[in-house]
Amino acid sequence: MKFDTPAGTSPIDQLKVIGRPTDRIDGKYKTTGTAPYAYERHDAVPNQAYGFVLGSAIAKGRIDAMHLSDARSAPGVLAIVTTLDTPRLGRGRMNAAYLFGGPVIQHYHQAIAVVVAETFEQARAAAHLIRVDYRQEPGKYDLEAEAPHAEPVASDSGEGSGAPHEARIGNFEEAFAAAPVKLDESYTTSDESHAMMEPHATIAAWNGDKLTLWTSNQMIAWGKGSIAKILGIPAENVRLDAPYVGGGFGGKLFIRADAVLAALGAKAAGRPVKLALTRPLIANNTTHRPATIQRIRIGANPDGTITAIAHESTSGNLADGKPETAVDQTRLLYAGANRLTALRLAHLDLPEGNAMRAPGEAPGLLALEIAMDEMAEKLGIDPVQFRIINDTQVDPEKPERRFSHRDLVGCLRHGAERFGWDRRQQQPGHVRDGRWLVGYGMAVGFRNNLLTKSAARVRLDGRGMVTVETDMTDIGTGSYTILAQTAAEMMGVPLEMVNVRLGDSAFPASAGSGGQWGANNSTAGVYAACVKLREAVAAKLGFNSAEAVFADNEVRSGNRSVPLAAAASGGELVAEDMIEYGDLAKKQQQSTFAGHFAEVGVDAATAEIRVRRMLAVCAAGRILNPKSARSQVIGAMTMGVGAALMEKLAVDTKRGFFVNHDLAGYEVPVHADIPHQDVVFLDEVDPMSSPMKAKGVAELGICGVGAAVANAVYNATGIRVRDYPLTLDKLIERLPEAV
Amino acid sequence: MVGSDDLNLNRRDLMVGAGACAAMPAMPGTAKAQPGPDGNPVEFQVSLTVNGKSHTRNVDTRTTLLDLLRENLHLTGTKKGCDHGQCGACTVIVDGRRINSCLTLAVMQEGSSVTTIEGLGQPDNLHPMQAAFIKHDGYQCGYCTPGQICSSVAMLEEIKAGIPSHVTADLLAPVQPTETEMRERMSGNICRCGAYSNIVEAITEVVERQG
Repeated sequence: MKFDTPAGTSPIDQLKVIGRPTDRIDGKYKTTGTAPYAYERHDAVPNQAYGFVLGSAIAKGRIDAMHLSDARSAPGVLAIVTTLDTPRLGRGRMNAAYLFGGPVIQHYHQAIAVVVAETFEQARAAAHLIRVDYRQEPGKYDLEAEAPHAEPVASDSGEGSGAPHEARIGNFEEAFAAAPVKLDESYTTSDESHAMMEPHATIAAWNGDKLTLWTSNQMIAWGKGSIAKILGIPAENVRLDAPYVGGGFGGKLFIRADAVLAALGAKAAGRPVKLALTRPLIANNTTHRPATIQRIRIGANPDGTITAIAHESTSGNLADGKPETAVDQTRLLYAGANRLTALRLAHLDLPEGNAMRAPGEAPGLLALEIAMDEMAEKLGIDPVQFRIINDTQVDPEKPERRFSHRDLVGCLRHGAERFGWDRRQQQPGHVRDGRWLVGYGMAVGFRNNLLTKSAARVRLDGRGMVTVETDMTDIGTGSYTILAQTAAEMMGVPLEMVNVRLGDSAFPASAGSGGQWGANNSTAGVYAACVKLREAVAAKLGFNSAEAVFADNEVRSGNRSVPLAAAASGGELVAEDMIEYGDLAKKQQQSTFAGHFAEVGVDAATAEIRVRRMLAVCAAGRILNPKSARSQVIGAMTMGVGAALMEKLAVDTKRGFFVNHDLAGYEVPVHADIPHQDVVFLDEVDPMSSPMKAKGVAELGICGVGAAVANAVYNATGIRVRDYPLTLDKLIERLPEAV
Repeated sequence: MVGSDDLNLNRRDLMVGAGACAAMPAMPGTAKAQPGPDGNPVEFQVSLTVNGKSHTRNVDTRTTLLDLLRENLHLTGTKKGCDHGQCGACTVIVDGRRINSCLTLAVMQEGSSVTTIEGLGQPDNLHPMQAAFIKHDGYQCGYCTPGQICSSVAMLEEIKAGIPSHVTADLLAPVQPTETEMRERMSGNICRCGAYSNIVEAITEVVERQG
């Protein structure tokens, strides 16, 4: 189905099932431990052996020799595959670093061997018996030191965020120089780790030249193509299966070493092999969100109108890696006649930087939304009002191009009222609650809505059960449930009559999970397949498909009604289709919007920061399931608190690695850090997005929220910190004298 | 958690210690797992009860309770998130107390009675805590969920037993299952999807139903 004109009315708009806060259909499996994740597929294939991955102990250089005799003779060892006896393998989609093969070390903890043994304990013990002769070479590990040598680079995050190396509209320098009120500040954000709870894990089994991977991956079709390319085998010989994925946040968008080494280990051992990357390996072996240094300049008239805005960002990466596209939202978010954005990339020999939840916008808004807060203060205008003054309904770079639907102002007004923003003291450092300095902060959230093709198959059986099959993944996003809701709505059956089967590359290729594109596109794909199935049912039962009504397990037209199941009495009916998009997204800009509000307390003596209240008001088209969508937003808000207050991969700039590479050293928010979180979705639809009229919401929740927290800390203390995360050491020396 | 008052350790020492642990895997020449004198792994017989069922197994002495459950007994509801006691995904209830099953060796559990997520309830026979997690959407990807649920069930028992926590203000009064107490006591169970707000609502509902 080609979607190239705005959506009219369809059965989806009945909202009998869609749009309801339904409990997740996979909930009873996840809460009882019966949902199978990659490493747990004991029943998938017999005779599984265990793999253990060894990572490089140097960041840059070569391996001269690997001494394996002790490891080979260790009990239980079945095979060892090393990077020296494997030619450098190809790279999969979006891989910057090589995952395996050859003597060259590109980054710390790059995989250099896999040991396969009868048990996990044996494989681990043997891996530690491998001795490696390294030849270390000097590398570049310090972004601040390398930033002056950074080159202008254009980039597309591949996740909906992109910018040319430089974009200019009007004359920024002239307008900025002439502006009566000005801001020119620099901001830094940290390297961050996805730290999803399920480690990267794969079971690999060969059957002749056919390879099956039971794995944990967000993008099944990409993964299938990538593993085929890496191993040099035809894609049709590869099957991936990932019905449950224990979190990804971008870290499982692309094939990683677990899949490659399970496949190589299984080949060498002549047995199926299961392996997981150990937790201490993950931060340096896989990808991370790169740190940024951002400069923002804003010029405005005394009435608050922005006349000049510039956002420049520098980040680092390996050769062939991309810059963090932190300036992207600044091209679209606020009005202003004179504009400049620029991206620069420094070469670093740290592990590969790549997509993490809302790449681009997440770090970009951390900086931009502090700058907007600072600018509002300079102007003496309320921060909410300052954003409203500079709202735009058109793409500021191409004013003839409108937003399909943009109610940022609605988010801000509604949020301010609900949060009690009018109680905020404009003068910072003036509210005390016992030992706590209390402050309010707000920020804007912004993230684009992406359209990408997505296919599905739908089956109707003789009992009237509808089965959905697509390679879509549910990484915690609620895919199982919203796909079931879509099929139930379209086929006129209750949710209990729908089965959903996901994550298998044998099913039609979906949009997959990433860039907050999953929900809208994958449900639209199921919608398209259901339209075909409805036609097949109507034809079978002798109805005119345009007039047939599907409801209550029946098909009706005029005064005739037939059970839906009757259409499949002579055999299962199967329909398959794909949603594809025309150029609607080119004609109008599709984005999602939020107003984030936070209240914090800062301990007047220790500078300990506690988040006390959080509110997000989101405008993101139709909300397919308000319960699971809300969870996506609160989860993203939680990760935003992490970015604001604690998350930082600490770089050893001498030896070139992330030192705090586990879940104790790399701090993420825990229960005690997060208060009750309030989320409101504005009641809206966007007919330009798809037949579902929905947009993405999963990444919107993280965009801007950290800046709302940072602005609240400023409001509480009067201390402006422009270097994330806002740890107490950055505040404690400057705290106001205790009264 | 239980027994922490036995340790003469303040929060700062704990953070310093955790930082040192974090740096350790990067050091060369860390201790290696030692096989037996003849080169073969040492096996030991262990008998324990899991979810009411007795098991006797010969296990490698290096095998954790977590891996005994997952790899030997195929009870994969208990999750391995870090294998270092840092995330809580492997939380099970042993003799009434919650522990990280990755931090105890299987051979140390001779005679123990272990309850895992599979023992609390099944898809068609849910424990009230499991039902409350579903109702309040107290999970997303589901990987930390069994640990969160086992932890919350045992945590409420700790409060009932009057065991104080870091945030207990009055050590002489009965401990109350407040949101602050629950958030503090559940902080060893990380949820990277960030379902905390919903998890606390789920636990609160169970507390209210229990009266």
